[in-house]
This record gives sequence, structure tokens and C-alpha cells, in this order.
Amino acid sequence: MQQSNRYIILFSLSLTIVLALLLAGVSQGLGPLQKKAQDLDTKKQILGAIPSEKEALADMEAEQILARYEEVISSVVSDFQGNLVDTNEKGGPMVAEEVNIEKNYKKSVEDRMFPVFKYNANGQEAYIIPTFGAGLWDAIWGFVALTPDLKSVIGISLDHKGETPGLGARITTDEIQARYQQKDLYDTNGEFVSISMVKGEKTPESMLGPNKVDGMAGATLTANGVNDMLLNYIGYYQKYFDKQVRGKALTMNNQ
Amino acid sequence: MSTETIEAPVAKESESLLSKRRKKFVTDPLNDDNPVTVQVLGICSALAVTTQMKPTMVMAMSVIFVLIFSNLIISLMRNAIPGRVRIIVQLAVVATLVTLVNEVLKAYAFDIYKQLSVFIGLIITNCIVMGRLEAFALGNKPYDSVLDGLGSGLGYSWIILAVAFFRELWGSGKVFGYDLMGAIGFENFAANGLMVSPVGAFIVLGFIIWVQRSKTGYVEH
Repeated sequence: MQQSNRYIILFSLSLTIVLALLLAGVSQGLGPLQKKAQDLDTKKQILGAIPSEKEALADMEAEQILARYEEVISSVVSDFQGNLVDTNEKGGPMVAEEVNIEKNYKKSVEDRMFPVFKYNANGQEAYIIPTFGAGLWDAIWGFVALTPDLKSVIGISLDHKGETPGLGARITTDEIQARYQQKDLYDTNGEFVSISMVKGEKTPESMLGPNKVDGMAGATLTANGVNDMLLNYIGYYQKYFDKQVRGKALTMNNQ
Repeated sequence: MSTETIEAPVAKESESLLSKRRKKFVTDPLNDDNPVTVQVLGICSALAVTTQMKPTMVMAMSVIFVLIFSNLIISLMRNAIPGRVRIIVQLAVVATLVTLVNEVLKAYAFDIYKQLSVFIGLIITNCIVMGRLEAFALGNKPYDSVLDGLGSGLGYSWIILAVAFFRELWGSGKVFGYDLMGAIGFENFAANGLMVSPVGAFIVLGFIIWVQRSKTGYVEH
């Protein structure tokens, strides 16, 4: 069956238009729902950095999660120098949840905005900070919950865009994230060293020490990405911590 | 039209929905004409997602879904598609279909979307999808094409699940995340790092092809 060029061009054109309209329509139509789902997911990840909250999240409905978030999380936004920022670029109030970490990541470090989420429930307090970096294939990000003295990690939630399922994508599993709990960000000399994931899996705890976590077999490059991301971002927040936390008495929710 | 397109024997009007001829569309790809082990298609995804059973299961179900629906759509359009641009038409339909599913999941089932979105690229570029469109759906009726898609999808699925079973078992001592080796008494099972790397998939796949061909007597010409 040999068609004329005219038919082929018309067919291709109409197929392109139909498919493009279909995709654009669906994307537009579902946009608000997708944004809602995305916001909920981000809040789940922020809460999920606290291990006890993460357990509770599994049985909660969307509204309950949002209510819980309102109840226990308060947030501020800081600039690179550690000064609090109240207004966004458009002059409206700055909302930490609306700071797009991915977009900020593309700016130079000095120009980025740094949201801080403060957790306070049942007498437990934590600073939860967002992190963003590059995995093996695409973006990786996460939220790290730090103890009020900022020296160690309470918990972590990690996520990714396109790491290999079963390898790098394992960073989203509880098994991997639990390895970061109670690890220290400072070495015995008091130097900031962050927490790094080692190469290879099933390393005995005695060989890891307080600043290292067990690795993921076959996903060392993703692990390196996570290491860089944590080192960089927790490092970026040090100015905020120096100015707003360490310099002041610990009055977390008064700001 | 492709010269390789098979024209299946013309069906009689009163053919039952599951006649012998139609059953063969589903059963052939399971063994004698398996897309992975005999046609050697879809190897890249068979390597990429088979380190653990769980993501493999997700991939298997997604591929079955996409195969069935892309076969159906292309088969419905088969008389209108110009032969000279058929490949790009197939690609456009498959990519649109997968993207649509992804968008809907993102709105209504965000957790599943997060799991599946990494597979999107792997599904669109899976040679089996294009292979079945080219070899079957372009020359056959919609219902037969659906059966063919189901058969090829199942044939692909059992192979990658088998590969994943051995890779997860030897690579980390687990099956579906359950510590099987520990449960049957190998407390200190030493995981084999080779199985976690793509090379492990080649080796397991090689063994499966070996066993299968020595049983069916299939020889490459």
C-alpha cells in the first residue's frame, strides 16, 4: 500500500495535533489535582524525616496528614547569610513550603533561599532541612531531621526522580533511611564531617562508626550523590544555625 | 507495509472468542516464541529492573498493560497508517499512551506514580512493544492483537520475574524483600555482588535460555 506524499503529510500532521491536544488537555485538566498530590507528598516527606511520624503516616488519610503537619511543623525561610526572609520576590509573604528547592538549586549558592521546618510534638523537637542534589541519572532530594543541638540526625527521608529500581532507588526504602538515625554530623574532634555512605553492603556497625552508614551494593554512584548532597546542604545551613540557633537561647517556636 | 508482517490465517465469521488459533497467540510467546529468550527483545529492561522482585513485578504489569493497549490502538488504525511513516506513528502512540497513564496516576495515585515514573522510559523504548506492533498489530484484527499483546506480555513477564528471583536470592539473600536465606538457616549468607550488577542478569538469562533451548530443541538459523 503506497500512499501519496500529501496523505502522509496530512496524516502525520493530524496525528501530531490530536496527540498533542490530548496530552496538553490531560496535563492542564489534571494540573490542580497533581499539584495537590505533590504538595501532600512534600509534606509527607517533611514529616517522614521524623521516624515516629513516618510510622504513623502509613495509616493516615490525606486530610489527617495535612492537619498533623499544621499541628507540629512551623517554618521559616533563611538566606545564605543566615538572615530570615519574610517577603518573596513578588512582595508577598514568604512561605517555606512554596520555596522550590529544585529551582533554587540552579541558582548560585549565595542567592538561594533556605527553608527550615521546625518540628515540635510531645516534647520532642527537631530542625528539618531540605536537601537537593544529583544522583546517578537524575535529581535526588531529601529532608533531614536534626536534633535541637544540631549535632546528630534523628531521621531522614530521601527521594529521587530516576534512580535504577532495585539499586539506587533503594534510597526511598525505610531500610536504607533507618541507617542514618542517631548518626553524628561531627567527628570526635568536633569538626563538621556530615554523614557518608560507604561503598559495599553489609559492613559491620563496628567498622562504620558514628559518621558513616552502610552502603548499597551496586549503587555506589547514587550513594556518592547522597553523600555530596548531605555534606553540601547541611553545610549551607550552618550560617543560619550559627546566627539563629546557636547564638540565641533555644526558643524554637517563638519566631 | 513491512514485509515481515505476518498475516494470520483469515478467521471464519463464527470463530469462538477462544478458538485454538487464538489460544496460540497467548501460549506461543510463553515458551516456543518467547520475546526475550527466543526473539531476544527487551533485553535492556530485563537487565535494568531485575535486581529485585518488587520493581520487576511493577515493570511486568506495566508492560503487559502497554502491550495490550498499544496493540489494540495500532490495530484499529492499521488501515489508515501510511507505510512509510509507520514506525514513528507507533512510537508516538506508545509514548502518548504511557505518558497519559503517568499523568493520570500522578493526579490520582501519587505513590504508585512515584514508583512507576522511573519505568516510563524503559517501557517506551522496550523493543517488544514496537516489535509486536510492527510484526502483528499492523496486519491483524483488534481482538487478535489484544490476545497477542497479552501473550507477549506474559512471556516477557515470566522471564524477567525468573531472572529477578535468582538475582535477588543470590544477590541479597531475599525474595520480595523477605529474608529467605536467613529463614532457611543461612544466617550469614554472603551476598554475591556479581548478581546485583547487570552482568548477573546476563548470566542468569544465559542459563534460562540454555535450559529452555535444550528442552525445546530450538536452534538459531
